[in-house]
Amino acid sequence: VSSLQASGSVRRRKRKNRAMEGLALLASVIAVGILGIVVVSVLLKAIPALNWDFFTKNAPLFGEPGGGIANAFVGTAIIVAIAAAIALPVGVLVAIYVSEFAPPQVSLLVRTSLDVLNGIPSIVIGIFAYALLVLRFKQSGFMASLALAIIALPLVSRSAQEVLALVPQSLRQASQALGVSKWRTVLFVVLPTTLGGIVTGTTLAVARVAGETAPILFTTTLFTNTTSFDPFKPLATVPFKIFTYSESPDPVQHEQAWAAAFVLIMFVLITSLSARYLLHRSLRKLRGEQQGERALARVMAAFARSGDAD
Amino acid sequence: VEASTAGAGPRALESRRGRRDRVGDVALYGLTALASLVAVAVLVGIVYKVVDGAWPAIHHFGISFVWHQVWDPNKDVYGALNLIYGTALTSFVALLVAAPISIAIGLYLTELAPGGVRGVVGSLVEMLAAVPSVVIGLWGILVLGPFVQKDLEPVLHDVLGWTPFFRGAPHTGGLLPAMIVLSIMIVPISSSISRELFLTVPQELKEGAFGLGLTRWEMVRGVILPYTRGGVVAALLLGLGRALGEAIAVTQVIGSAQGIHISFFALGDTLASRIANQYQGALTHLATASLVYLAAVLLVFSLVVNVAAQVIVKRFEIQRGST
Repeated sequence: VSSLQASGSVRRRKRKNRAMEGLALLASVIAVGILGIVVVSVLLKAIPALNWDFFTKNAPLFGEPGGGIANAFVGTAIIVAIAAAIALPVGVLVAIYVSEFAPPQVSLLVRTSLDVLNGIPSIVIGIFAYALLVLRFKQSGFMASLALAIIALPLVSRSAQEVLALVPQSLRQASQALGVSKWRTVLFVVLPTTLGGIVTGTTLAVARVAGETAPILFTTTLFTNTTSFDPFKPLATVPFKIFTYSESPDPVQHEQAWAAAFVLIMFVLITSLSARYLLHRSLRKLRGEQQGERALARVMAAFARSGDAD
Repeated sequence: VEASTAGAGPRALESRRGRRDRVGDVALYGLTALASLVAVAVLVGIVYKVVDGAWPAIHHFGISFVWHQVWDPNKDVYGALNLIYGTALTSFVALLVAAPISIAIGLYLTELAPGGVRGVVGSLVEMLAAVPSVVIGLWGILVLGPFVQKDLEPVLHDVLGWTPFFRGAPHTGGLLPAMIVLSIMIVPISSSISRELFLTVPQELKEGAFGLGLTRWEMVRGVILPYTRGGVVAALLLGLGRALGEAIAVTQVIGSAQGIHISFFALGDTLASRIANQYQGALTHLATASLVYLAAVLLVFSLVVNVAAQVIVKRFEIQRGST
């Protein structure tokens, strides 16, 4: 309490206050500045390699210049789509269990497990996928999808939990007072109001796992130089191309790495920003300005926490 | 007669619907419980599989793997000390740099920024977390690296060369760029969680402090920081957890070298980057198991850090009576 006593000359206290405010502003400028520097340098260096061939052709066989990484775009699209198709239903079911059915202790256990899962480095998840699946069934795009689904699961489930928690209790009570059974209440009354939030939460998770590289290293690297649509064969991916090209001494491959990074970054930023905007809107619609704001902060913190945790 | 059939109709309908509802209730409950069981099982499975895969190395080297320095695939001898040192040093310094910046951003976003700026800056900082680490690594190797070698390290050497940390020849890669890359990754995590915490401070407390005539900074020091202290520690721990496990970007910049170096200019290696680098070249059974052993050590580190953070957050939430 004594720390709340104002002491010292007013001018000095005000000066100190201004200095601290300045430092807080500076910190934010640094963070935004670094994002700007990364995005701008990726854009500038990507321009020479961004052409039609880059998206439609594969790498030339004998290392001559030109060509592109079409197979990586196709591979990443397939792998991420399958990962989302797995993580979405499982994540939503877990969220329904946790917020509608489970007794408090069990709910806490499941939520804590998901939080811990969210904190496991993705390279460890890659090792897990490798030891459990790849050693037995060999590499394939599908193995990568499974690993990415494990990474996406806590994110999807967390955002679904947050929107479910915002659905007013009165809605559930009204439904049950009309004699509607629990499962109908959950599936046809509660869930539809949260649909927007769940879809955008999944989109955010997809944007996040699309750039994951560590699990890819263990599950789908032995791809051929042709465009393949078969998820049960190893597929090329955009993050792995960037990783290998960044360590190559060839400046042409550097250019292609920048171009691939540009496409990846634009995909991630645009989907994240628009999904974030939509999520914000649906949270606010559900529960008004302030609570919506807090729920969004919680969801975004959960996403930031996992980061792109390679 | 008519009345009795009319009465049986709805009742039959009702019982059919009742049966369907009972089945529906059980089915939905079972399905959701199963999904939750799968989620928990995945977590248990990860721990089990990693220990299982490392078992040959655990059996062969025992716990002394953790403090042995030699990592020599030619002699098939493996120890993790260099890598534990590399992980601990890079993550710790990165946290030291990122902590004040993260807290300051959290404060700026909740207390200072005008309404419009708040949303924009807040989402931009979160976007920094969304930049894939392979892209940060690419930038780290090709843009940050040359800058560190030509500009940053010579300056640090001139100013702080009297300490043991800033000596030796400048490199494009090494511990210093790894630390910078890791702090870039910690900041968005810790700042967005700090911001979430600062939002929970009751308006009355803040207004009370202003009513006593305090400046904004005095209010922050007297009200917000004491109120959220535990949570801020947790936010930093979660950032640290992220840094410990970061593999890709660190692999790209750190230079994969052996040995324990005090100077930040030196090349090094971390647990995660060694795994990412060598799993394909692992020739012997023991080499593979040793890499998985590294993953097990890393898993223990990140579990300890994350669970500690969770415990602090839970206690914090209970204390505040809000969940």
